[in-house]
Amino acid sequence: MTHTTEHPGTIAPASQSGTMLEVSGLNGWYGESHVLHDVSLRVDAGEVVTLLGRNGAGKTTTLKAIMGLLKNRSGSIRFQGSELIDAPARTIAKMGVGYVPDDRGIFGSLSVMENLLLPPKVAEGGFELPAIYELFPNLKERLDSYGNKLSGGEQQMLSIARILRTGARFMLMDEPTEGLAPVIIHQIGRTVRRLKKAGFTILLVEQNFHFARELADRHYIVQEGRVIDEIRNDEVTDNLGKIQGYLGI
Amino acid sequence: MFELLGIPPQALFGQVLLGLINGAFYAVLSLGLAVIFGLLNIINFAHGALYMMGAFVAWMLLTYLGIPFWAALVVSPLIVGGIGMVIERTLLRPLHELDHLYSLLLTFGLTLVIAGLFQNFYGVSGKPYPIPAALTGVINLGFMFLPIYRAFIIVMAVIVCFGTWFLIEKTRLGSYLRAATENPEMVSAFGINVPMLITLTYGFGVALAAFAGVLAAPVYSVNPVMGNDLIIVVFAVIVIGGMGSIIGAILGGFSLGLVEGLTKVFYPEASTTIIFVIMALVLLLKPSGIFGREV
Amino acid sequence: MSHHIEPTTPTQLQGKTGGRRRTARHHMFVFALIAALVVIAPQFLYPVFVMKFLCFALFAMAFNLMLGFGGLLSFGHAAFFGGAAYATGHAAKVWGWPPELAIGFAVLVAAVMGAVFGFLAIKSRGIYFAMITLAFAQMVYFYALQSPITGGEDGLQSIPRNSLFGLVDLSSDRVFYWLVAAIFMAGIFFVYRVIHSPFGEVLKGIRENEQRMISLGYQVQRYKLVTFIISAALSGLAGGTKALVFHLASLVDVHWTMSGEVVLMTLIGGLGSIFGPIVGAGVVVAMQNYLADLGSLVLIIQGMVFIVCVLVFREGIVGVLAKWLKTRL
Repeated sequence: MTHTTEHPGTIAPASQSGTMLEVSGLNGWYGESHVLHDVSLRVDAGEVVTLLGRNGAGKTTTLKAIMGLLKNRSGSIRFQGSELIDAPARTIAKMGVGYVPDDRGIFGSLSVMENLLLPPKVAEGGFELPAIYELFPNLKERLDSYGNKLSGGEQQMLSIARILRTGARFMLMDEPTEGLAPVIIHQIGRTVRRLKKAGFTILLVEQNFHFARELADRHYIVQEGRVIDEIRNDEVTDNLGKIQGYLGI
Repeated sequence: MFELLGIPPQALFGQVLLGLINGAFYAVLSLGLAVIFGLLNIINFAHGALYMMGAFVAWMLLTYLGIPFWAALVVSPLIVGGIGMVIERTLLRPLHELDHLYSLLLTFGLTLVIAGLFQNFYGVSGKPYPIPAALTGVINLGFMFLPIYRAFIIVMAVIVCFGTWFLIEKTRLGSYLRAATENPEMVSAFGINVPMLITLTYGFGVALAAFAGVLAAPVYSVNPVMGNDLIIVVFAVIVIGGMGSIIGAILGGFSLGLVEGLTKVFYPEASTTIIFVIMALVLLLKPSGIFGREV
Repeated sequence: MSHHIEPTTPTQLQGKTGGRRRTARHHMFVFALIAALVVIAPQFLYPVFVMKFLCFALFAMAFNLMLGFGGLLSFGHAAFFGGAAYATGHAAKVWGWPPELAIGFAVLVAAVMGAVFGFLAIKSRGIYFAMITLAFAQMVYFYALQSPITGGEDGLQSIPRNSLFGLVDLSSDRVFYWLVAAIFMAGIFFVYRVIHSPFGEVLKGIRENEQRMISLGYQVQRYKLVTFIISAALSGLAGGTKALVFHLASLVDVHWTMSGEVVLMTLIGGLGSIFGPIVGAGVVVAMQNYLADLGSLVLIIQGMVFIVCVLVFREGIVGVLAKWLKTRL
C-alpha cells in the first residue's frame, strides 16, 4: 500500500477538503497478544472509506484503537492534524469523532429519548430532533420505549441518530448492516448516502461487500491485523477476483 | 381506646414511629450504598464510619465554629462527600481493574482508621448535640404524642430519597449514571468523563451517609462507634432489597425499619435479629433480592 | 466482574511431578520447622501469648481454606470462632464437661452453623457472599448480646479447663500448652491434607474456572458447601480452644471486627498460600500484644496495614517469600 503522507500544518475545519484522518504504523495489543500490526490508512474529508476483511481480521479492533477504546496501542493517529495516540476516548469523542459500534451500544435501561440525548454536543451544526425524526421516522414512534425493547434495525438507527445530534462530522461505523433484513439494510444505505452528501466523512467496517461497493470511495483490505491492500471503488470491477479471494466469497 | 393483642396503642404507635425513624436511616444509608454499588460495583464498608463522620463534623461545626444544625445539614455532607472523593481518587481508583473484593477490604481498613482516629481524639463516650430550637417540642396527635424532631427525620429522609430517585431516573446527569452503569466504555466514547463520574458518584453516596449522620446527631449520641453495628444491618437491608436497586434500598429501608419496630412490640427478643431472618428467607426464595436483577 | 482473588503462588510449578515432589519436600521441612518452634516457643515466650497465637493461626488457616482455596471471602467467620467459644464455655462451665468433649461439642456447633449459613449463602459469590456471611455473623452477635446463655455484655467468664479425659489437670498454663500445641499441629496438618487431597484439587479447579468444573460435571455448590463446613468446624476448634486458654468467651469473639482480623491475618501472610495465615496471625497477634498500650492507635495501625496490604502488598509475606524461593508455601 503506498501513498505519500501529508501532514496538514494547521487544524483544518471539517468542511474543507484534505486529509481528515491519518493512521500510520498503528500497533495494538489485547493483553499479551499483538492484534494490530503497522496499520496505516487515510480518510479524506467527505469520503466514505471501508475496511473490508473476513471475520476476526482486525477491522473492529482498528476502529476501537482509533476511538481510544483499545488502550494498549502505539503508532500515530492524526485527526484533523492533532495527534490522538495518547488521548483517552472522551477526548477523541470531543474532537468530533462519532462512534457507532458493532453491538450498537444502545443502553437497555434508558428510553429511546434518553439514548438520543445522551451523547453531549461536540460541535455546532448537529441535527436537530425534527431532522432526525425525518430521517428515521420509526424512532419518533418509540421515544418512550426502553432501549432493550427495540428491534435490531431500530437499535442501529438510534445508534447512528444519536451521533448525528452531537455535531460530529466524522463517523466510525462498525458493520451497520450486520444481522438486519434487506429492507433495513437498504434504508441504512440510503442514510449513509445522504450523510455523505451532507458532507459527513465515514470510516465504515463491513463484511457485506455488496453494501460497501454501493457507498464507498475507497476500500482497505484488512487481514490478520494488517492492511494488505487499498482499492479505489472505480477499480473494483477490474479487481473483483482479487477481492473475492481476500474476502473468501 | 382499643387494645391490640393486649398491647396498649401508645406503645404500638410509639414503636411504629421508632421503627419508621430507624427505617429512615436504613433507607438513606442503603440508598448511598446502592448508588455507589450501581456504578462502581463495590460495597463501601466505610459507609458506617462516614455516617459517624457526618455526625461528628456537624458536632465540630457547632462546637468549634458555632455553625448551627441547619447549615450543618448542608455543610457536613459537602465536607464528608469531598473527603469521599479524595478517597476514591487516591485509594479506590488503583483497585478499579482488580477483583472488587479488594475494594471491600480496602474500605474495611478505612473503617478501622476512621473509627480509630475519632476514638483517639474524642474517646468512645458520646457527645451531646442539641435538637435545633425550631424542632423541639411535641405534637399531640390525639392517639399519641409525636416529637417534632422525629417527624422531621422521617420527612427529610423521604425528601432526600425522592430527590435522589428523581436525580437518577429523571435527569440528564442520572441518565449518564445509568448509562455508565450499563456500559462505561460506550459512555466514554461519547466524550463523557467516566472517571470523574465515578468520583462524583462515590462522593454523592458518601454525602448521603453524612447527611444521615447529621440527622442522627440530635437523637443518638455522637460517638465513634455509632455506625459500627448499624452498617451491618444496612448490608442486610440491601441484600433483601436487591444489590444496587434504588427502589429496593428506599422501600426496603423504610419497611424493614417498620418490621423491626413491630417486632419490638410483639416479640421483643427477636427485634435485633428479625432483619437477618428475613434476609435468610429472601435468600431462599429470591437470591438476587426482592428488587434485584439476577446475579 | 471476576469473582476470585488471584492465587499468589507460582502455579506453573503445579502439575510437574518433579516440582511437586520438591514442593512436598519443602512442605515437610516447613512442618518440621513449625513443630520445632512450637516445642521451644514456651521457653522464650509467655505460654498464654503463644497459645493465643496458635489459636489465631489455626483460625486463619481455616479461614484461608475458604478464601485461598475455595475462592470465597467470608466476612462472618467470627460467628464460628465466637459461637464455638460460647459453646465450649457453656459445656465446660455449666455442664462440667472435660476439655476434649467441650471442644468437640464446640466443633460440632460451629459445623452445624456452617452448614446452615453455608446452605443459604453459597449460591452467591464475590461481594454478595461476603455481605451475606457478614450479616449472618451479626445475627449471631446480636443473639449473643441479648441471650442469658451467653452472658450478654459480660460474656462467659471463669470458664474452667477441667481435666483432660478426667485424668490430667490442665489448670497450669505450662501443661495446657501441650494440649493446645497438639490441637494446632493436628489442625494445620488436617488443612494441609485437605488442600492436597483430590477434593482440594477440585477446589482449586473451581477457584480457577468454575464454569469449566460445572461443565465437567462437578457439583460445584456441594464442594463449596463442604469446604464452608470444614472451614467453620476448624474455626470452631480454634475458638473453643481459645475460650479455654483465656477462661473467657465474650462479645469480642463474635463481633465483625474479629471477622475482619482473620481476613487481615490471611492478607498479611498471603492469600492462597498454605502457611501464610500462620505468619499473618503471628504479625497481628504480636502487633496487638506489643501495641496494646497505645489504645485506639492499634485500630488505626491495623487499618493502615490493611490499606497498605491491599494497595501494594497483595501477595503477602509468604507469597513474596515463595516467589523468592521459587516454591509454593
